[in-house]
Amino acid sequence: MAGVAVYRGKFGAAEAERLLWRAGFGPRRGEAAKLARLGLEGAVHHLVAPPREKLVGPAPHDDKGRPLAPFDAWGHDHAWWLDRMVRTSRPLVERMALIWHDWFATSNAGVDSQRLMLAQNQLFREHGLGSFHDLFSRVTTDPAMLLWLNGSDNSKYSPNENYAREMMELFTLGADRGYHEADVRQQARALTGFRNDWRNGIGPTNFRYDPRYHDTGAKTIFGHSGSYTWKDSVRLCVTHPDHASFFVGKLWSYFVPTPPDHATRSGLERLYVRGGNAVQPVVAAILRHPQLYRGPRMVKSPVLYTAGLLRRLGRGIDTTAWVWLDAMAGQQLFDPPNVAGWDDTRWLDTATWRGRWWIAEYVLQPFALDPGKASRPADPHKLLDRALSFWHRPVLGAETTTALLAFARKAMADAHGTVWKQRQYAVMTENALRHLIAVSPELQSA
Amino acid sequence: MTDGGCNHCAGLSRSRFLHRAAAEAGRGLPAIEPGMPLPAGTGLSRRSFLVRGVGAALAVYGTSRLGIRAFEEGIAAAATTPAQPVLVSIFLEGGADALSVLSPQGDPLYRQLRPQLALAGGTALREDSRLFWHPAAAGLVELYGEDKVTVMPAIGYTNADQSHFTSRHYWEVGATDPNLRTGWLGRYLDRVGKPDNPLQGLSLDDTLAPALATARLPVASITGADQYDFWSNRVWGEVEGRMLEAFGLLGAKRRDPGLQSVAQVAAQADRLRQQLLPFQSDSDDSNGFASPVPYPKSSDAFPARLAGLAAMLAAGLPLRAVALSAPGQYDTHSAQASALASGLQLTADTLLAFQRDLEARGIADRVLVHLWSEFGRRAKENGSAGTDHGAAGVGFLVGTRVAGTMVGEFPGLASGLDEDGNVKATADFRGVYSALLEQWLGTDPAAIIPGAAAFARPQLIR
Repeated sequence: MAGVAVYRGKFGAAEAERLLWRAGFGPRRGEAAKLARLGLEGAVHHLVAPPREKLVGPAPHDDKGRPLAPFDAWGHDHAWWLDRMVRTSRPLVERMALIWHDWFATSNAGVDSQRLMLAQNQLFREHGLGSFHDLFSRVTTDPAMLLWLNGSDNSKYSPNENYAREMMELFTLGADRGYHEADVRQQARALTGFRNDWRNGIGPTNFRYDPRYHDTGAKTIFGHSGSYTWKDSVRLCVTHPDHASFFVGKLWSYFVPTPPDHATRSGLERLYVRGGNAVQPVVAAILRHPQLYRGPRMVKSPVLYTAGLLRRLGRGIDTTAWVWLDAMAGQQLFDPPNVAGWDDTRWLDTATWRGRWWIAEYVLQPFALDPGKASRPADPHKLLDRALSFWHRPVLGAETTTALLAFARKAMADAHGTVWKQRQYAVMTENALRHLIAVSPELQSA
Repeated sequence: MTDGGCNHCAGLSRSRFLHRAAAEAGRGLPAIEPGMPLPAGTGLSRRSFLVRGVGAALAVYGTSRLGIRAFEEGIAAAATTPAQPVLVSIFLEGGADALSVLSPQGDPLYRQLRPQLALAGGTALREDSRLFWHPAAAGLVELYGEDKVTVMPAIGYTNADQSHFTSRHYWEVGATDPNLRTGWLGRYLDRVGKPDNPLQGLSLDDTLAPALATARLPVASITGADQYDFWSNRVWGEVEGRMLEAFGLLGAKRRDPGLQSVAQVAAQADRLRQQLLPFQSDSDDSNGFASPVPYPKSSDAFPARLAGLAAMLAAGLPLRAVALSAPGQYDTHSAQASALASGLQLTADTLLAFQRDLEARGIADRVLVHLWSEFGRRAKENGSAGTDHGAAGVGFLVGTRVAGTMVGEFPGLASGLDEDGNVKATADFRGVYSALLEQWLGTDPAAIIPGAAAFARPQLIR
């Protein structure tokens, strides 16, 4: 069997940094160099089979110093997860949770319970690198999902097709791939039996499977017939001949912006099928693939951008402003735009670009230099050097460096001949350079 | 289930995704730049004032490389030419339940199929005594009584696709072609429009309506871009000005496509920021127009958008095709009764106010409203006091010039359902589009709607 291609080039800090962005939330200070020393195999192993989680950095709190209330306070769920992304020592585990949140996109807009949303989130965290069959089974019976796609409304007396349709169209097969409207209806019948109660003051509760509501009759799904239950629904999807290609194509797209070549695609499909739907080996193969290291950069999602800036600076969650800032940039966690998740190919437009400007502004605020007190050299090169040093020297292209220097030169030229201006403009210029670096194409992509 | 907690329907908002995907990523609109040139600045103060009066700035979409001044001049020139007929396309997003909007209470099977949801009483339809108007549609009933409404009780197409995505796309492009990337109104505008008048196709939504997507001419969208400000903590004065100028420098072209996609947006943001500067200083004149009639009070933007539209039309702005979404949630898989009623009520009340507004301004003969949804819903209700996706749906034409004769017919629940239990279409939306193009917009439908000749064209205009 032909294996999947493995990257054989140099694996230095630059490559390790790219890996940390694709498989996590970017490096902390010095983390890329440290990971590079493990070599590609060691680095990938460290990510896909990490040691026990350690949370590194200050504990999260809201703007008034109070602990987060992720189950109850609006937006604190977002802040709570962002904190995990910032502090975790197992970045791929959190990244996979984010991928599954997008894949099985469930929204608090329909679930209306942060507690249930966070329970689903924990499911993604614990099972995100295991078997997809197992994960899909858990998602199918997950209370948040049962509410979101009407799974607990679906009974033999009157099937509700919402989950039946999306489980194939969005979760396992893809639109119009290997199923028909009749399969939607038959799947809906097989999925009947889930119930829940609703109690004042508590909300949805007592999620259960009640056989009395299950349609025990024969169903025909994908040309197979039987007295199918939800377990069969799930099994028939993940064993469908069109599932592996859907799975591999979708999973790949989260890590590499260009589609896999034919050999890679079929190699990954074989790996997935022979591994009994195991996710981890497929992810590991993608993380070792030459296309990840040699291909073009990917635009960071707003949450990745925010978490990455905070990790880079070692700043913890000390405000819940990230909730509305990330929303402004197009990605509020637990609130995807729809059941198809976020459009990961189109994060940026003029409006979300402005959102990122404000994210960078809020990240930088505690570090802003006071033009009335700080002292900085008047030399544009030195100012740029200091601003780069503030960000731990990210690698910038010539176009960005030219733009930054042009700005610094003009700003300092404006101050020419006036002593107070020279002093204050130098400080303001460094503040502005830090901001411009943060929104540069290099820091918004990886 | 929570009380109504599910009627947001996840699937419904997927159509928003399509909305974006088709309008912004559509191959037919390669150079769409969200919030591109705005008619800001001088020379057209009345028009831009009125546009701002709608509550937001104007974003222009299109492939034209014309500068903002050319657009301003084009708008001004077009505004002095004889008034064109205007089509306003209003979308009931999610698949509105035709069997509730016009409930077939006179059909013996209705109560059987809708034990929980069946409506009772109300006003019967003059043209079909089996059908009764939903009480929330009273605004339409009033206009129907004045022969200003054409009813389409089972509009759609054969073998209806039950995906929100796909069916909506078909309606927007005016063909059952998943790969068509221009909207049916966009193709009309490409044929009759001008390269310097983005207002000819106006989307009154956050993003461009795919039905307006053109291949070559500019169209516009009202956005919230009047708040396009940037600053940085402890950076002010001349340095701030230089910093903002540097946006454009960051937009320098890059080789890596990932870097380039960021740089490109930086350049767009730079341009947009400069174009919107005039809007930043005097953004408090949000009541730039007065309506001669009251509109419903609502936190939803729909009444304000139609009130603004009437003002723009009265001011002579050169609009030809306008698209927007109706308020409400129509993808009613559960708790349908309340969800449907509230959206329908606000829609119908606002349409009545809009019609009265146009009449008071003496421009009602120029405007025709088309109300549509991507499909109807299953005849048999589901177990969640809701309904699942169906086939034929309900549509209306509103205006003083409509023929007022029913298009198609209600096929009855005994023999009018397909094998899936969905209402069969008795009129094809492509026939209605063709008739609108021919009879209202004065354009040969053969040039706009693929295979137009195959669809019967009802007489829609009197």
